[in-house]
This record gives sequence, C-alpha cells and structure tokens, in this order.
Amino acid sequence: MELIKLEKPEKLIDENNIRVDGRKLNDLRPIKMEVGVLPKANGSAYVEMGGNKILASVYGPREVHPRHLAESNKAVFRCLYRMATFSVDERKSPAPSRRENELSMVIGQALEPAIFLNYYPKTMIECTILVIQADGGTRCASINAASLALADAGIAMRGLVSAVAIGKADGKLIVDLNNVEDQFGEGDLPIAILYPLKEVSLIQFDGILTNEEFQQCINLAYDACEIIFNKQIEALHKRYSKEIIEKDNKKEA
Amino acid sequence: MFDEDNFNENGELNNLNKDEENKIKSEIGNNETKSEKEEEPSRKLVMPGELLNEGNYKAGIGTYIADKKIYAATLGLLEIKGQYVNVIPIKGPYIPKVGDSVIGMVINTSIVSWKVDIFSPYIATLHATNYLNRPFNPLRDDIRQYIDIGDTIYAEIISFNRTRDPVLSVRNKGLGKLKGGRLIHMVPTKVPRLIGRRGSMINLIKDYTHCKFKIGQNGVIWLQGNKFEDEFLVVKIIRKIEREAHTLGLTDRIKEFIEKEKKRSDVDNGVN
Repeated sequence: MELIKLEKPEKLIDENNIRVDGRKLNDLRPIKMEVGVLPKANGSAYVEMGGNKILASVYGPREVHPRHLAESNKAVFRCLYRMATFSVDERKSPAPSRRENELSMVIGQALEPAIFLNYYPKTMIECTILVIQADGGTRCASINAASLALADAGIAMRGLVSAVAIGKADGKLIVDLNNVEDQFGEGDLPIAILYPLKEVSLIQFDGILTNEEFQQCINLAYDACEIIFNKQIEALHKRYSKEIIEKDNKKEA
Repeated sequence: MFDEDNFNENGELNNLNKDEENKIKSEIGNNETKSEKEEEPSRKLVMPGELLNEGNYKAGIGTYIADKKIYAATLGLLEIKGQYVNVIPIKGPYIPKVGDSVIGMVINTSIVSWKVDIFSPYIATLHATNYLNRPFNPLRDDIRQYIDIGDTIYAEIISFNRTRDPVLSVRNKGLGKLKGGRLIHMVPTKVPRLIGRRGSMINLIKDYTHCKFKIGQNGVIWLQGNKFEDEFLVVKIIRKIEREAHTLGLTDRIKEFIEKEKKRSDVDNGVN
C-alpha cells in the first residue's frame, strides 16, 4: 500500500464519494494480520492496516519487577507503545514522548477489561507495541495487534478487542481514517469494542459532531469492528489450525 | 470458569467441584484412575470469547459465564466431558497447583531454605528441614553443601495460594535432587499428552528407548538413557508430541514414528 503524501488536498472526498486513497466512505483499508511472529515472546502479532505496520509482543505472566508493584489479587498489566524513529515522515526522536506515554496508557486501558487479571495474582503481563510505519489510526491498529498477541500468549481473556477510527471529512462520515484524513478532517473518533459482549472499551473524540452523527459513528464502528474481529479470528485460526500442522509434517517427511 | 468473585478461602480459583477436579486430575495423567474410552472425543479449536453454549452444559475449566452463556476464556481445544464444557489451553504459563510434581532449578539460598525456579510466574521455596528430614541448625550446617545453586530438584507442591508463593516438599518417594540426565522443556499445557491415557504414551516411549523419566507438570522433563541416541530420540518424540498434541490417534502415530526412527538408526549403525 502506497502512502499518500501528507499535504492538504483540495477535497478529501470527491463528488462520487471516493476518498483520497480511492476508498468508498465505509471501506476499511486493506488488513493483514499474522500471529506468532516472534518465537521468543510468549505471544506476538504483526498487523498491517493500510500503511500502518505494527508489531505487538506479550511477555508474561511473569514475576513483577520491582517487586513492590505486585498486587496480591490480580496481575499488573503494562502496555508500552513506541514508534520507531523511521515510522513517520520526519525522524521521530527515540526518547519516549508525551504522546507515546499517553497512548501506552490508553491502549492498556482499552485491553485491560479483556484480560482475566485475577487469574494471575502477583504477576505482571507486559505488552510491547512497536509502530514500524505510521499512517493514521495507529492506536486502533495497535489495539488489534496487542489483543491478538495476548490471545497468542494463551492468557485467559473474555474475548478479543477490535478497534477502528470513525471520522468526518468534508461533512461526511468516514470509516478507518488514514493520515491525511486524520490531519485535515473535521473529526476523529477511535472506538475499541470488546467481543463477544460487544462492549465499548475505548472511546476518544476530537472534533465536532452533532448528536445524530455521533450515534451514526458508533453504529459504523460496530459494523467495521465486526469485520476486523473476523479477520483477527481468521489470523488465529491460521496460526493454530490443523492444516498448518499437517503441512509441517509433510515437509519433514 | 473465571468468575470475578470466585476465589475460595485458599485464594485459588474455585473453578471446579471436587469430583470434577479429580476427573481432570486423572485426565492430566496422574495415571491412576481412568476408565478407558473406546474413542477420543473430537477436538475443536476455539478462540477466547467464542460462544460454547450448546444445550445444558456446565462451565468447566478455561471457560467463563456471561449473560448465562458459556464462553471460552483461552485459545484452546474444546472438550465436552459429561456435563462440563472445558477448554484445554494450547499455550500458556504454568500456574502451580497443590499436589503437582515439578522440576525446578535452585536459583538462590537463604539461611534455612532454597529458592527454586519452577518455570512459572512464581518462585518456589524448599525448606531445609523438609529436605533433610531433621531439624536444621544454620550455625552448624551450611545449606549449600546439600543443594547448591544450579542444582535441579524434583519436588511436589504442598501449598500455594494468592497470598503465598509455592512451597515444595521432597518427602514422597522418587522426589529429591536430580543427578545427571538431561532436561527438556515443553509447553506445560501439553504435558498430559506426553503421559497419555493411563500413562500409555510415556510407557510406550519407555519401552522403546529404555530411558528413565521424571515428568514435571510445569513442562520440564528429566530423562536419562543408556545411550546418547536414545536420549536424542526422546527429544525428537517430545517435540513431535508438542506439535501434534491436539490431533487424534497420537499414540499410534508416535509408535510408527519411533519404529521408523529406530530402523533408520539401525541402518546408519550398520553402514558405519
């Protein structure tokens, strides 16, 4: 997927309701998901959502360091979101920025309700997310990757978390914003939904929407997340299904 | 089931009643009581959050209840046993359980006890009095002359809950310090398949390779054979079991595999 240069286009949506990257209003960007990419991590996942390339890894449950942070009734869940220096147009300083710290917290809080933390008392589960390439909506892509990695690590979970950003550009509601739409659009509403209970675990909003539009956005997010959720399930099945194992056997023989 | 307030007074997850626990235990391969079934139940891969509610079943291990429906709590294989729906996890950490035998490595000593890494999120303790079976006086005795850092022990977990790290005991028969041999790590959730129904798998491997085994429920296996080739074959077998743990008719396939490997090594030896 080619990245669109970050400059203000004349129109974000043309008269045929086609967006800058050729998508229709409710289309998602192409998604690629792979589970179990890092053998040393307990669980890992690689996700591409359009131009976003995200690598998530999960370590633990393991001992808490420093020890005094341990909680006697539940596990400590830590999430670390980092962007590679080369992930954006202008070199990003490798020092953790305010934005990265905030996103670490936000992603962690979106994933925490999905995990049965009380099943692993006095331990720590660490989730590291590395953004290799950023193209708008990295927090949503990160949540998708991290929930896959958690499932891959065999951690007890209520279900997977799927996230997507809904926004507004040129007066129209659009699904899964890219970088240009994110920068020059009129609104950005990332939503994460916890399956199978379909509960919202993250909602942030930036911009101006009417009450009605907001409700529409939520409905659009439910529809879009459903698609992403199915892709996540597919990725996990692909990693663990019997066919793969049979293929491995054939190779050996 | 992983219900929020479902801890019992010991602080363990109260996920099963006694009968069920015994049932599971026997399945996990403490190879004593198990009525042999003619056919293994088919196993289906389920994802965390997948709806499992089919008919009037009860939530077993690896599941949880929300809105009166049963969902899978981990990535694993669906198994219906009597009234219970269970999900056997494919991956995951080893969570200590009282009564489990584990293999651990001593990583530290204090004045009267050893700290043992049992390849779990929790570090276990073994008291000197338990190991020596007599009162231990640190003024006269040095704990490191019995077990030193780096030594491997085979022990049983005698207490563990959320307020207390696991405590080990070596009082039972066959437990204690391990000398020589070789350690192999495997995914702890797949240890039951290595043992098999009533120990069928492990007995098969023992028959063919003449190796001595000590199996830790934490996924560490100690083995000692007469020849290097035997030990190497066991490693191969364990890796194969790990890969195919969720497939049907595994014991038969392992038998075939061993015979094939044996033949091959015989031919190799003949040529040499």
